[in-house]
Amino acid sequence: MSLQPDPAKPAKADALSAAEIASAVQGGKVTALSFIEATLARIARHDALLNSFTDVTATRARAKARAIDSAIATGKNPGPLAGVPFAVKNLFDVQGLSTRAGSKINRELPPSARDASLIERMEAAGAVLVGALNMGEYAYDFTGENVHDGPSRNPHDVTRMTGGSSGGSGAAVGGGLVPLALGSDTNGSIRVPSSFCGIFGLKPTYGRLSRARSFPFVFSLDHLGPFARNVVDLALAYDATQGSDPDDAGCAMRPAEPIMPLLNQDTGALRIAIAGGYFQNNLFPEASEAVARLAKALGITRVVEIPEAARARAAAYVITTSEGASLHLDRLRQRPDDFDPAVRDRLLAGAMLPAPLVERAQKFRRWYRTQVLELFKSVDVMIAPATPCVAPKLGQTTFVLDGVELPVRANIGIHTQPISFVGLPVVAVPVPLEPMPIGVQIIAAPWREDIALRVAYALERAGAVCAPPPRGL
Amino acid sequence: MAADFLDDYIEAVATALALPVEAAWKPAVKANLEVSLRLAGLVDEFLLPDETEPANVFTA
Repeated sequence: MSLQPDPAKPAKADALSAAEIASAVQGGKVTALSFIEATLARIARHDALLNSFTDVTATRARAKARAIDSAIATGKNPGPLAGVPFAVKNLFDVQGLSTRAGSKINRELPPSARDASLIERMEAAGAVLVGALNMGEYAYDFTGENVHDGPSRNPHDVTRMTGGSSGGSGAAVGGGLVPLALGSDTNGSIRVPSSFCGIFGLKPTYGRLSRARSFPFVFSLDHLGPFARNVVDLALAYDATQGSDPDDAGCAMRPAEPIMPLLNQDTGALRIAIAGGYFQNNLFPEASEAVARLAKALGITRVVEIPEAARARAAAYVITTSEGASLHLDRLRQRPDDFDPAVRDRLLAGAMLPAPLVERAQKFRRWYRTQVLELFKSVDVMIAPATPCVAPKLGQTTFVLDGVELPVRANIGIHTQPISFVGLPVVAVPVPLEPMPIGVQIIAAPWREDIALRVAYALERAGAVCAPPPRGL
Repeated sequence: MAADFLDDYIEAVATALALPVEAAWKPAVKANLEVSLRLAGLVDEFLLPDETEPANVFTA
């Protein structure tokens, strides 16, 4: 395979992996600058269609790439992600940009003085930021649609949703514009776009990765994490971003636990089960098919039930709407007309939820956590659908499931919410069904991202999961 | 809380919190609040011991 990128080729042909790019740059075979130029050319060529980028930081990216090439010329190692282009959901602070978080209101903020922690860590590992990505307004979204910036579009069928709220992250990685992106996940916003766009996404344990200098949504549920087109790249980004951070009160004081040395470990002794009950309901056939395929690939038939998952989803909904409303209370008072009306109306309703009910949801969360941890005494991994369906059409508001018409937006995240509610680490893996891919959640116990990533890697090597080339470009 | 009471409730809370809720927005706010209250009710009806600690984030 030629490692020389060719910007004239379509996105699917020259989208090298992060590991391949880093290897080529570290070995001096290709300059970081040439990879960045190729990436910028791909973005220019394809993003008018995908609408994944809201900002392209070309000047900064070229300067960083030149610095990497200079370091290599003097015998230095710029890091495991040397020259790897990446982009971030536009709720991450990027020095010199206003952190819009998908909103109209926030783009009036002064430019950020400093990058988000995770950007700093990615660049410390040699990666090169090339821009900020489209997202649902204030992350209160599962569709990837945005009334201010337009929808991000699915790289496999541009008439379909990317999923959200990290929709631009899904489109940019799924479309092969960048090999890595960062996003956030409060109730499913990494796992849903991963599923709809046919890529890998990691929602780490709550508190694992620093959220410092990112715009929040729900402090008690917000997670940040990476997207990639393969498991090695996902693990490289995860390892680069780990570590405690006093600038995020929710970030655990734990040392980094690198996964790369463990990725190849055998998974034969792991106790893997299918999440039953709630997670086998409200599914379109393609979601059931995806889980069945992975169960077959893993050779598993055992089914376990996560107790009270429906109530967990309800409690996550309650905490989300209430905390989200609290965050935006002043903006709701002062700038209600500048919100997406649908987001505004959800937040207004959230502001009206009585406090005792929210407190009960937080108490239920503690109870539910205990039950889930008990379950992990007899199982190491659970697999569950990431979304109930493949990507719906842009603008689609309802779908019919088992003869019942249901709202799309409210039901996209029903299988992700009970998992992130107690902060479990999840790798969303893409099952390349035709014509549209769909994701499955690989769920592990808290702080065991290593196990979820090892299982994802084993499935990838077995050919059961992969990121399909973008079919819509 | 019956939905019939929600119009008055929305009016009262909007006033108490100084939230502008225009007449045209009320049906959507009400619909969202009905969903939130239904889901909150699902949690509310689940009995928990008094000593159950809430799971908010805090480190002393």
